Amino acid sequence: MHRSPVRRLAGALHRRPGLRLTALLSAPMAWLVLAYLGSLGVLLLSAFWTTNDFTSQVEYVWNTDNFANILSDPVYRTVALRTLGIAVGVTVVDGALALPMAFYMARVARPRSRRLLLVAVTAPLWAGYLVKAYAWWVMLSHGGVLDWAVGTPGFGVPAVVITLSYLWLPYMVLPLYAAFAQLPDSVLDASADLGARPWRTFRSVVLPLVKPALIAGSIFTFSLSLGDYLTVQIVGGTTQMLGNVIASDVTLNLPMAAAVSCVPVLLIVGYLLAVRRTGAWENL
Amino acid sequence: MRTLRPLAALAATAALLLTGACSASKSPGGQTPSGFTPPRVPMRQSLGAGEGSVDVVAWAGYVEYGQDSKTVDWVTPFTKATGCKVNLKVAGTSDEMVALMKTGQYDTVSASGDATLRLIAGGDVAPVNTKLVPNYATVYPGLKNQPWNSVGGVPYGIPHGRGANLLMYNTAKVTPAPTSWGAVFDPNSPYKGHLTAYDDPIYIADAALYLMKTKPSLGIRNPYALTADQLNAAVTLLKDQKPNVNAYWSDYTKEQASFDSGDFWLGTTWEVIQQAVAADGKVKTAAILPSEGSTGWSDTWMVSAHAQHPNCAYEWMNYIVSPSVNAQVAEYFGEAPANSQACGYIKDNPNFCADYHANDESWWRNVYYWNTPTRNCVDGSGRNDCTDYAQWVTAWNEIKS
Amino acid sequence: MHLNRRSRIALRLAMALGLAVLYVPLLVVLLNSFNASRSFAWPPTGFSLRWWQAAWQEPGLRTALWTSVRAGLGATAVALVLGTMAAFAATRYRFFGRQAVSFLLILPIALPGIVTGIALNAAFRTVLTPLGIGFGLFTVIVGHATFCIVVVFNNVSARLRRLPGSGEDASADLGAHTFQTFWYITLPAVRGALFAGALLAFALSFDEIVVTTFTAGPGTQTLPLWIFDNLARPNQGPVVDVVASALIVLSALPVWLAHRMSAP
Repeated sequence: MHRSPVRRLAGALHRRPGLRLTALLSAPMAWLVLAYLGSLGVLLLSAFWTTNDFTSQVEYVWNTDNFANILSDPVYRTVALRTLGIAVGVTVVDGALALPMAFYMARVARPRSRRLLLVAVTAPLWAGYLVKAYAWWVMLSHGGVLDWAVGTPGFGVPAVVITLSYLWLPYMVLPLYAAFAQLPDSVLDASADLGARPWRTFRSVVLPLVKPALIAGSIFTFSLSLGDYLTVQIVGGTTQMLGNVIASDVTLNLPMAAAVSCVPVLLIVGYLLAVRRTGAWENL
Repeated sequence: MRTLRPLAALAATAALLLTGACSASKSPGGQTPSGFTPPRVPMRQSLGAGEGSVDVVAWAGYVEYGQDSKTVDWVTPFTKATGCKVNLKVAGTSDEMVALMKTGQYDTVSASGDATLRLIAGGDVAPVNTKLVPNYATVYPGLKNQPWNSVGGVPYGIPHGRGANLLMYNTAKVTPAPTSWGAVFDPNSPYKGHLTAYDDPIYIADAALYLMKTKPSLGIRNPYALTADQLNAAVTLLKDQKPNVNAYWSDYTKEQASFDSGDFWLGTTWEVIQQAVAADGKVKTAAILPSEGSTGWSDTWMVSAHAQHPNCAYEWMNYIVSPSVNAQVAEYFGEAPANSQACGYIKDNPNFCADYHANDESWWRNVYYWNTPTRNCVDGSGRNDCTDYAQWVTAWNEIKS
Repeated sequence: MHLNRRSRIALRLAMALGLAVLYVPLLVVLLNSFNASRSFAWPPTGFSLRWWQAAWQEPGLRTALWTSVRAGLGATAVALVLGTMAAFAATRYRFFGRQAVSFLLILPIALPGIVTGIALNAAFRTVLTPLGIGFGLFTVIVGHATFCIVVVFNNVSARLRRLPGSGEDASADLGAHTFQTFWYITLPAVRGALFAGALLAFALSFDEIVVTTFTAGPGTQTLPLWIFDNLARPNQGPVVDVVASALIVLSALPVWLAHRMSAP
């Protein structure tokens, strides 16, 4: 049998799983470790540098002043706590909205309308972040749409939570939909056969099974909110989030910006590690 | 122009800080500057033939080649007349302009007062030989040799235009009509929840100006030269103001729409925004220069110290401040022209020059043009104990936190 | 699942409410695009097609749209290749550090865009600029691909985990080599997952502002950057509503097609 180079390579790969694994992993890992992790490391390292007051240029003098500043100055604590509160609020709102929607789409709607609903939920992703944020400005403004209908909370933290929840809602619905769709009918039937009412089945059987997807969605909503700084400029009134502090420092005091960046980075890494065992990482 | 485009600025300056760090040691002035001596950069003595192109950094709306509307185009005639093709890079903020000019890839820039000194101190721009710019002769004298466009009597640029940060109010809601910035700094304001202010550290200067005029005991002589105590006083004033503020505005769109909707009744504005609100006709507004005066801006065309196309750059500077072109830009953008003869060339609005106080030098005497706060006080006192812009940024974060 | 009438009605109401929440703001956008006024303020002052006309005549808009499409396609292509490779590695093999690989893939999308943006910007300056590669479409694609890999990875690995290895074994037993098996057996099986991942990756790239700003060169303007610029320009307000309205309508077709193709 004629052995082409392709076949020889295929044979070599087939015989050596280790080689196959290395071949598969090398490119993505090279990309992420070199291009991403490396640059991230350099950035976070710069938090230990200082900035010359007069020239605004970075000086390579190792010190921890920036971190001491963050810990001692109440400004950073206030902003960090507010940001955390907003991120948690957005996650809760999105979870509450997305659970029934995803459940309906996956288990109640007829298969024909299922696809249509999926398109309907994802289509707003194409409208553009800034346009949607400004649409909420129109909704929330004095005499705006919401003001006509039910009254507006005005611009501030509630407005930021509403707008961010809106922006990230599809990212919560998608993993939940996938999880609901994969639930085997037999489990649900068994629960019903054993006498559980629908709500009980949902709470005791369905919810634990879709928990990884719920957490996966929350990774999106939580971390996207934690780093946001544009929405808050549009509907935040006089509110400020961590992203704004980072953004304002980037121009003149990069080491400080890097030090402040550590706060959301630590929060997110901590959250990711905390949910590691739930299998949420696979549901993003 | 004062439209905040934080993203681009961030990108440009972050890059600069991260990579320019290596050259930190040779920054002019050293670590403890005792006086402002710009690095020696030679001034052009004569002009030669054009190089065929010129690379320009400018505010949106300053260099129009028909990109917005086919009828708005003053670049094409320039290229026809001089053979210099114009490559435009629009900058969103002063920080971005500084960052772009530091790359040395651009020939000329339309810098605002909060960028010019940084460019001069960094040796990024060259002194301008005004003899080679014939149209400089008819620029308003009040704009020549000012602290933000010259050092020690040496001009570093050609004035382009100017504007003031006025007090705008909804005439139906705000009665009696305000005459002082006190209207926005009153902690017990009857307009609580409907105030607005510019979302930028430079807004601290507005508070400082008010304190300068109303609290002489603080000893403020220039809103951009504040000691730590004076900065603190301004910060306190702004913190007291914050509960009354509906929202800070950073982009043009937001302020325009917020006055239209009735969210904003009172706050700082640019003339061009007030005109846009008036044109919409949803609410009646007025914009005034309060009794204390106001902050403002005056832009300057500067030429790079590393210009690859200096002849075309000089041609451009001369062209853009020529009476007819200066009139066109000023009217399109909505600011007062720099050339004293420009008013004769205004086309659309017969009241344009009156509206924008183009010829009213006494009006401009009360306008304190933006300048970059540096430790070396910018009030010309020679003192060395002022707060710098980085401290203003920190203070602004504290106010908003 | 057997639901009683009340639960069904409650769920249907929740779905309707959710869709209303999603679409009322978009309706506002659509109405405002016909606004005669120059600002966003509600209600519109009158009906006008001036912004649709303005958008049509603006050459910068078409350029930006095209740039965004190219950046999205480029980033999606890179993410497809790298994400699929990583997915095969993580599902078909057990190895030390598998969790670390997953973690590393998730990190770029979980960390704030501004942090990712600044970090990449610095890296590009130090590594690419000396090689003579300036900031431009290429750097945007690299930046976007970095956070898009994970969505492809997760979609494909989810499919692979549920895909029995028997088909691949049979193919090998019948004499097909590794690449043939991949091409004829595995690839068709994960096609749906690839489409779903690619669509989400493209959407993420298409709407990205912060990372784009830090990785785009002077002449590179994607659609979100164009929108940002126009919000800052005098008297350009509702023109961005036109763009958004058109995009929602235009996107419906590819999204629907992709969902059809990704259906199992």
